[in-house]
Amino acid sequence: MGVTKIGTAVRRKEDQRFITGRGQYTDDLDRPGQAHAVFVRSPHAHAHVRGIDAASARAMPGVLAVLTGEDVAADSVGGLICGWMIHSKDGSPMKAGPHPALAQGKVRYVGDHVAVVIAETLIAARDAAEAVLVDYEVLPAAADTAKTQAADAPQVHEVAPRNTVYEWQLGDKAATEAAFARAAHVTKLDLVNNRLVPNPLEPRVAIGEYEPGTEVFTLHTTSQNPHVARLVLAAFIGIAPEHKLRVIAPDVGGGFGSKIFIYAEETVCVWAAKRVGRPVKWTSDRTEAFLCDAHGRDHVTHAELALDERGKILGLKVKTIANLGAYLSTFASSVPTYLYAPLLSGQYDIPAIYCEVDGVYTNTAPVDAYRGAGRPEATFVIERLMEIAARELGVEPVQLRRRNFVKSFPHQTPVIMAYDVGDYNASLARALELIDYTGLAKRKRESARKGLRRGIGFSAYIEACGIAPSQAVGSLGAGVGLWESAEVRVNPTGSVEVLTGSHSHGQGHETTFAQLVSDRLGIPIEQVSIVHGDTDKVQFGMGTYGSRSGAVGMSAIVKAMDKVIAKAKKVAAHVLEASEGDIEFKDGRFSVAGTDRGLAFGEVALQAYIAHKFSGQELEPGLKEGAFYDPTNFTFPAGMHVCELEIDPDTGIATIDKWVAVDDFGNVINPMIVEGQVHGGIAQGVGQALFEGAVYDSAGQLVTASFMDYRMPRAADLPSFTVDMTVTPCPSNPLGIKGCGEAGAIAAPPAVINALTDALGHENIEMPATPQAIWRACRNTPAQLAAE
Amino acid sequence: MVAVNMTVNGKPASAELDPRTLLVQFLRDHLRLTGTHVGCDTSQCGACVVHMDGHAVKSCTVLAATCSGSQVTTIEGLANAAGLHPMQEAFRENHGLQCGFCTPGMIMTAVDLVHRKGFALDETTIREELEGNLCRCTGYHNIVKAIAAGAQAMAAEGPAQQVAE
Repeated sequence: MGVTKIGTAVRRKEDQRFITGRGQYTDDLDRPGQAHAVFVRSPHAHAHVRGIDAASARAMPGVLAVLTGEDVAADSVGGLICGWMIHSKDGSPMKAGPHPALAQGKVRYVGDHVAVVIAETLIAARDAAEAVLVDYEVLPAAADTAKTQAADAPQVHEVAPRNTVYEWQLGDKAATEAAFARAAHVTKLDLVNNRLVPNPLEPRVAIGEYEPGTEVFTLHTTSQNPHVARLVLAAFIGIAPEHKLRVIAPDVGGGFGSKIFIYAEETVCVWAAKRVGRPVKWTSDRTEAFLCDAHGRDHVTHAELALDERGKILGLKVKTIANLGAYLSTFASSVPTYLYAPLLSGQYDIPAIYCEVDGVYTNTAPVDAYRGAGRPEATFVIERLMEIAARELGVEPVQLRRRNFVKSFPHQTPVIMAYDVGDYNASLARALELIDYTGLAKRKRESARKGLRRGIGFSAYIEACGIAPSQAVGSLGAGVGLWESAEVRVNPTGSVEVLTGSHSHGQGHETTFAQLVSDRLGIPIEQVSIVHGDTDKVQFGMGTYGSRSGAVGMSAIVKAMDKVIAKAKKVAAHVLEASEGDIEFKDGRFSVAGTDRGLAFGEVALQAYIAHKFSGQELEPGLKEGAFYDPTNFTFPAGMHVCELEIDPDTGIATIDKWVAVDDFGNVINPMIVEGQVHGGIAQGVGQALFEGAVYDSAGQLVTASFMDYRMPRAADLPSFTVDMTVTPCPSNPLGIKGCGEAGAIAAPPAVINALTDALGHENIEMPATPQAIWRACRNTPAQLAAE
Repeated sequence: MVAVNMTVNGKPASAELDPRTLLVQFLRDHLRLTGTHVGCDTSQCGACVVHMDGHAVKSCTVLAATCSGSQVTTIEGLANAAGLHPMQEAFRENHGLQCGFCTPGMIMTAVDLVHRKGFALDETTIREELEGNLCRCTGYHNIVKAIAAGAQAMAAEGPAQQVAE
């Protein structure tokens, strides 16, 4: 392929191993002497554990150990942590209950970890797990987000009265109330943002190992951020000193947030490996993934939008109850607060916003970041309000949006964010052109002639990505900084290894990052390899989530490459016997300005290592540089997604006919990969809108715990997408990148629901809008409404 | 224990197995053919699709003991000495994969689809025929493109690909 330029659709380097079945996912690895772990999980949502009788399980063939919460306590294994401190309105810190790796006296959700069986084979471990007898005293469960704060609701944790973890607020309450007082029109909306299960196709896996000779632990795990896993396991859970714990996340089969967090299972596998003196492997099955992977969303919200007589927004107030599940997962507290409320302004100039969020415990699986994490919830609130307000005011939804767009930048919102750059009219205009908006009325009539109802839905989204300036997030309660690291190692032969703290689990970093290096250093992409996912190889890094790997991870690589080029110029100056200031670097060649004398990149690399042309006092040998890049602002990808669909009122089935996405991600390195990210995000967003919903019954049983019951989007549910881009380069990072990983999932749900309500002539329909729900809604709507 | 004897990717494979052993476990754990993946426990996701006697099967739903005498092809056996199978190449060319976990099952399903439905596949047919394969990354957009292109490429290669199994 040779030298690959930024902006070209370079085919992916990683694909060769995946299309030939040679990927190395964690479950593909077996360690010498490996034993297998199977967890004994609570079948009850809420219960006291009165006793565990493991005698007969321990006596079964092949069983090496049965470990319980008592063993965890005896070995002083620390509890799992939540790394973001949120304070309530009254200044009190969030009320976090204990989160032991194995239950100690109480279980709090179906699937909670009671004991682990470790045996020679998986089958032996499964058989023995069924023989562990647990005496439960079953308690009533608090399973409903909206009802868990009631005085008579069962208490999940003693430390959190009324199951309330925090009562948080953002914005100016008085200014917002004043705005509402002078409003000509107020649009009100009650909504549920449905609970989702991330479901990367690869289930989680952990293999813990302990080498007594060196006292080194190794954990192979399906992680999006292996260094963060190591830090938490070392510094908080106390499994091993940080320098004696190696965490490796090899090929990882999708994450979507669910593989950010540090879970009980990997903690137990590392700890148990030393207890039993054998590598211990655990592979989640899909049912366990449904029960125990952190879920997403799950908000109950009341929102009001105040407008003046001309349809200009005056204020927005939002009250949300956010379900955090039975325990606070690693970043759970931040998702419905600082990743949510600061995006409520959407693409609009809103003078006053006030948002209250109650984070609540329930007897359900922990809830944490899932693709978009807070931003889809915020976008859904504002974009549904805009749609309904337009309908109520008799204004075209497009026109109401246009009237309220932020048009000058930078723009300070009332909720923290300072939007740096954007052009929302441009993405709207392009989207209208691509969807053939002028032909809509004709298409609606044609659908009506077939007995179908056609609707169009718009979603103007904005998100805050490139997370994040460390000082800024520190002041908001984050326990870590959110910079990224890179090391660029140039070998004597001129090939380059880039060690990145980002982690790729489908995003194609091995290609995009190498493409960037090839472009900047002017060397063939084949001579660049990207190294990630191993704490023994790579310097500390923060990992991949929040659409940050381009804006933050690649910026770190740029910074390290700049240092490499600067050092290489010094080397070239010595070799070419010129002054350093006269050395130019272009297209992979160092040359003396104004002459034809020069050296190829590889020649300079060799000279840096043989070090014959300069002394040690003048210059250090070698060519390897590292960098840490801390962003100076969030980035603000934004765009317009338009969904056009047809409803069959006889069946309730909604068929998406057209999807147009016009996104502004700033500059793009590899458009093929970026478009792929958009496609996948849209599918997950359509899934949320039409199909997916995690449902707990009143006893706290998850009734959607398999792919038979939880409706994942399939190929026939989706159309081909029309994806286009407008570009306003991001001013705060050297590449002008904003990030693209979550956009589709953020934009899609309101586009679908707005299209449905347009087709139905209804004010509201809840997600997931299943055929049954749509069919019922059709019964309540005169058909002619849609045909108008 | 039960004795099983089958041919996997053209080579004889035999073992004494717990009768509960699934074909996918035999492939992954005994033969170390880890390209075939397990993504669920209800035969929904299709990450485990292999070919058995020329037909696509979900190897998580087949007991290894029932495969004696069968010819099994996995993703590792799809490419031949001449290079990648055209369907594999089409997935790369059309960015039909992201995390890669569903990809082996997708490719094996796609090849079976061409065998059953021919080389000229329209979008609706491809989407409906992917009923048994889940992908969480791609939104299927590029998978559909890849399969249509792969089918065309298989046509161009002619019957040689068909006898490769």
